[in-house]
Amino acid sequence: MATTTVAVNQKMWGGGKSPFNIEYGKVMMWYFLMSDAFTFGAFLISYGTIRFSSNGWPDPNEVFQSFPGLGSGLPLMFVSLMTFILIVSSVTMVLAVHAGHNMDKNGVVKNLILTIVFGAAFLGCQAWEWTHLHHEGAWWGANPFLNADGTASSTNFTNYFFTITGFHGFHVLSGVVINIVMLIMTLTDTFEKRGHYLMIEKAGLYWHFVDLVWVFVFTCFYLI
Amino acid sequence: MANEVLLDPHSIASDAHYGHDAAHHDEHHHTETFISKYVFSMDHKMIAKQFLITGMVWAVLGGLMSVFFRLQLGYPDSTFPWLEDILGKWAKGGHITPEAYYALVTTHGTVLVFFVLTAGLSGTFANFLIPLQIGARDMASPFMNMLSYWFFFIASIVMLSSLFIETGPFSGGWTAYPPLSALGSASPGSKTGMDLWLVAMALFVVSSLLGGLNYIATVLNMRTKGMSMTRLPLTIWALFFTAVLGVLSFPVLFSGFILLIFDRNFGTSFYLSDIFVNGVGALPNEGGSAILYQHLFWFLGHPEVYIILLPAMGMASEILSTNSRKPIFGYMAMVGSMFAIAVLAFLVWAHHMFVTGLNPFLGSIFVLLTLLIAVPSAIKVFNWLTTLWKGNIRFTPAMMFAIGFVSLFISGGLTGIWLGNSALDIHLHDTYFVIAHFHIVMGVASMFGMFAGVYHWYPKMYGRNLNNTLGYIHFWVTLAGAYLIFWPMHYQGLAGMPRRYYDFSIWESFKQFGGLNQFISVVVIFVFAVQLLFLFNFFYSIWKGRKVTQANPWGSNTLEWTTPIKPGHGNWPGEIPEVYRWAYDYGKDGKEFIPQTVPVGADESTNH
Repeated sequence: MATTTVAVNQKMWGGGKSPFNIEYGKVMMWYFLMSDAFTFGAFLISYGTIRFSSNGWPDPNEVFQSFPGLGSGLPLMFVSLMTFILIVSSVTMVLAVHAGHNMDKNGVVKNLILTIVFGAAFLGCQAWEWTHLHHEGAWWGANPFLNADGTASSTNFTNYFFTITGFHGFHVLSGVVINIVMLIMTLTDTFEKRGHYLMIEKAGLYWHFVDLVWVFVFTCFYLI
Repeated sequence: MANEVLLDPHSIASDAHYGHDAAHHDEHHHTETFISKYVFSMDHKMIAKQFLITGMVWAVLGGLMSVFFRLQLGYPDSTFPWLEDILGKWAKGGHITPEAYYALVTTHGTVLVFFVLTAGLSGTFANFLIPLQIGARDMASPFMNMLSYWFFFIASIVMLSSLFIETGPFSGGWTAYPPLSALGSASPGSKTGMDLWLVAMALFVVSSLLGGLNYIATVLNMRTKGMSMTRLPLTIWALFFTAVLGVLSFPVLFSGFILLIFDRNFGTSFYLSDIFVNGVGALPNEGGSAILYQHLFWFLGHPEVYIILLPAMGMASEILSTNSRKPIFGYMAMVGSMFAIAVLAFLVWAHHMFVTGLNPFLGSIFVLLTLLIAVPSAIKVFNWLTTLWKGNIRFTPAMMFAIGFVSLFISGGLTGIWLGNSALDIHLHDTYFVIAHFHIVMGVASMFGMFAGVYHWYPKMYGRNLNNTLGYIHFWVTLAGAYLIFWPMHYQGLAGMPRRYYDFSIWESFKQFGGLNQFISVVVIFVFAVQLLFLFNFFYSIWKGRKVTQANPWGSNTLEWTTPIKPGHGNWPGEIPEVYRWAYDYGKDGKEFIPQTVPVGADESTNH
């Protein structure tokens, strides 16, 4: 036992120091993101394995060429818009975290709302794209698109597309929900009372991760 | 914001509890109801006990299953009418049906690997030991910790319920390879049983993730003053690496399961191609790969064996050093070799797949990486032996089990060198040699680590002692039994006897092993019975065991023995003690042991 007199109002944790010099919630978030990166990594590597063992694969420029209101013949235009929206939402998240560092409640609120709106917009775009593809006859187990060389394609093109973009979309949805919770907590002055906006930072880590994953998903399904 | 504010313990504590009053933690005796103390407990010690006892229930069920299928293997021509009373239609006329046999081996494997040796072992001891040995009041997030147990509990309920459905539990082996696991038409067990199996396993992954994140954050951030990483007891290092392995490997299994769920229910072909089912005809699925599942599965599956083994290694190190009254030999080498094992664990998975048609060149790389694991493993073994060497050994039951662990790890590890060779594996794969290897090195060795842990920390868990005589009986029968069961299987495997066969008596080549199979089955019954003796000892001693009178009954250096005999929620009634030295100052400067809380004296010889 320590020989020093026990302070009456001692601290909850006696000491200790994180090797990374960050508080425990952030450690958890980083490790969770690593874990989640392995989930997505496994999905994308599976996708690559199957794609490169297949005889052919549809050309994304042919498949993703529609834009709501403008008709078809616009390869990758819509997905570029989606990607742009998501990247902008990352910027507003950075601004929210920055405002949190400065204890600027109004800045946090404003930028969180923008992030939520952009996140919801991305989800809306994805819903439109899924619906559109579904109307064209694409779904899990159904692939109306031909390979780039005109031969019949396996259903794994759509199987992977819907599974992985769906899994990513689910992450975006979770992120939007988390951001809404953060917004409510900010509005009710929870962080002001706590004296810091660390939770915003952790939500931001998650949000940036989801955006980063999209870059890979986008590359694998739309560009390659 | 300054880092001091970020690291301010108060703000961390209130982060964890969302608005709990910080003062509330200073008095750790707020009124607790039965529900908050025993059911939805947020005390890491109670959660540890919940994991342990749930694991015990599963160990009994899983063990009983092995008794049942060993009866079939040992006595394929006999009937046991009482089996029909227990298993009903699965043992019509007292004879286990082939479907039931496969369901039994599958469920035995799944629950022993995941529910007993993962949740029951690391769930128990990570929860119990991490806060106590690093000097923390509780886990970083007690709430997530509670959720971790309850996800495990729900997973258990789902898995248990699969035993009682019409078509029976999943029966395609614990690895659940497609297409058997992907097609309901493949076997009765692949119908609803497999759905429940997948749901249970998905819940289990969530539980493991919640627990693992907590263990990592707690070890990194919640150490008491002076407890640098290199002063941590080896148990904590082991549990830390275990948690990292789990957090990084389970998600890959999770991805694999999601794809499998889609193949089963939504008409996809991730794992399916060119399949013809008898009575159904050709399936439309094209373009998938069953081997893909194996890669995803074994990317978890191999780290999983270290998830099981590392906690046992850590506890054995601690118990061997304490009871040899000698410092652990090569502390940094122990940490380094565990780190090496944790890294290599991710690089060897394809050695489970040498005969799947894997490119032989790729196979040779996996042979190299696999055999590399022998290096850190050997370092650990020699360090344990040199810790024992010329020690002042106290043969407590915990010590016996820790030594038994080393013995089993050596015996089972050596056959791993055989199996790691892709050329030898052509002959040995899917034979009883594999069964013998992994049961000894991973199954029984880890069980021994778990028993060692239970015997060693029982006084801390319940404030009472286990009966030593029963402990010694438990040890000797289990050790002898383990070798008698699994040693002969090496011979059977070398002779080519395949695993997963229902009845060998009809095979001319394997008839000769009839007597040996009977012998193994009889030993299994004895070993199972002595585990019940251990359970009796465990539960009897909770209420009737001899009371612990000393706070530090083993004369141990680690922090958990500086708490009161029955620590409350918060572990230390006053301030958390400060740490001044590593955990292994045994027999130093003529002193038998020097706890970590003793400041380094001026005239003391320095090493750590």
